[in-house]
Amino acid sequence: MLDLGLIFVAAVLVNNFVLTQFLGLCPFVGVTGRLDNALAMGAATAFVLTLSAAVTHLLEHLVLVPLDLEYLRVLTFIVIIASLVQLTQVTVRAISPLLHQVLGIYLPLITTNCAVLGVALLSLGQGFDFVDTLVYAFGASIGFTLVMVVFAAMREQLVEAQLPVAFRGAPIVLLSAGLLSLAFMGFRGIGS
Amino acid sequence: MTAPDTRRIMCAVLVALLPGVLLQCYWFGLGTLTNLGLAVGFGIAAEFLLLRCRARPVLPAIADGTVVVTCSLIAIALPPGTAWPILLIASVTALGLGKHAYGGTGYNLFNPAMVGYAVVLVSFPAALGWPPATGLEIDAATGPTLLESFKYRSAQTVAEVWQAEAGFGRFGGFGVEWVNLGYLVGGLLLLAWRIIDWRVPVAMLIGMAVIAMLGYDGGSSASLGSPVMHWFSGATMLTAFFIATDPVTCPSSGRGRLLFGALIGTVIMMIRSWGGYPDGVAFAVLLGNAVAPLIDRYIGIVDTQRRLPPDSVG
Repeated sequence: MLDLGLIFVAAVLVNNFVLTQFLGLCPFVGVTGRLDNALAMGAATAFVLTLSAAVTHLLEHLVLVPLDLEYLRVLTFIVIIASLVQLTQVTVRAISPLLHQVLGIYLPLITTNCAVLGVALLSLGQGFDFVDTLVYAFGASIGFTLVMVVFAAMREQLVEAQLPVAFRGAPIVLLSAGLLSLAFMGFRGIGS
Repeated sequence: MTAPDTRRIMCAVLVALLPGVLLQCYWFGLGTLTNLGLAVGFGIAAEFLLLRCRARPVLPAIADGTVVVTCSLIAIALPPGTAWPILLIASVTALGLGKHAYGGTGYNLFNPAMVGYAVVLVSFPAALGWPPATGLEIDAATGPTLLESFKYRSAQTVAEVWQAEAGFGRFGGFGVEWVNLGYLVGGLLLLAWRIIDWRVPVAMLIGMAVIAMLGYDGGSSASLGSPVMHWFSGATMLTAFFIATDPVTCPSSGRGRLLFGALIGTVIMMIRSWGGYPDGVAFAVLLGNAVAPLIDRYIGIVDTQRRLPPDSVG
């Protein structure tokens, strides 16, 4: 139980995928201009990320390892993630058109989010069992969504600042991301 | 806020820092004064250059005293007698990246002093150990502080480590307890003069106490240490009353500030108890600053100055 808690806290804060492992930076910079968009993107990614980590874990241990096909890992994982994203999109559209409208354009973007593939591959590297993997992936999702939402609120506040010309646009976004990452460095060492 | 108003507040903050600074000089030597002189000097020079680069009027901005306060907080937070290049990097980073990149005081997302402090802390961790307080019989140039001895004690109960280690005083860190008391007195002065909001320090100290109590378990070898020990060691009081209370970088609503203070207190305790750094006030304050806009969004904004524009393209 304690171990699962540690895995979770480590994935959310200590080894936050965006701020300390620098995965999933595209949505972190691209979709955090507005808070509601960031929240929708975070939620959609969280769902796909957890699901794909579970499915790829099963695939690895039930198919790839028994058949000696580990060299197909990256290829098959990408296919799995892409199909899961499609499946999610179809299901959401059928069940809740409203949710589909909210998540709409974000779902396909998740296919190319390196955090999703990253979590699937990194959890294998740590020798996690199925439950560990689920907790790890869920923690990574929560960490991703948290950082997206926090950063979006920061950027919305920045809009009204009278920034020096040289820092307008991308520079201030990257500087703020760096300072946020600096703040997260304080968690270093927790759980080790 | 008009300029004379800002100057009056900054002067009051500097006066309120005095008891703590004097006690820090008494217990840790005059290195704090050289820190102050160098950091404030570098800070004013950097501010001058930055304002010239931005083509802004120089004199009013320097005369309002915010630079002096920012750099003084850096100088006090760093160990006495810190090497001048570190003070230079901290001051320039604080004013350049923490303040002017965001458009100057009033727009900065993060507390500039803590930006500068955190940058040098992650860059030069080995050079930033605190010397032992005068009267402590430790040979090494940098003895373990209370928080370090406490974190790395092996299977000792709280009472045992308290007796065995020289870094412990009457109720907090040896020497550090009195310094913290000094900043507490200064903080109470600021409260009495109605310069800071009571909510942030109170919520932060209560947040720390709650976590400490939850993990206290009667003082066994795995416990977290009493609330009083944590209140009077490290940079607790300085953070609670002088750093976290910066009105620009904390939420604007009352309830938001309570949440903000409690969050900072919790993160400080997390870092002290389980993290890699002995004291984590800078990181805790930066995290609080980062979450402040979100708190404002969800808890409500009292100050209409900070209301959001209708649409911003992502």
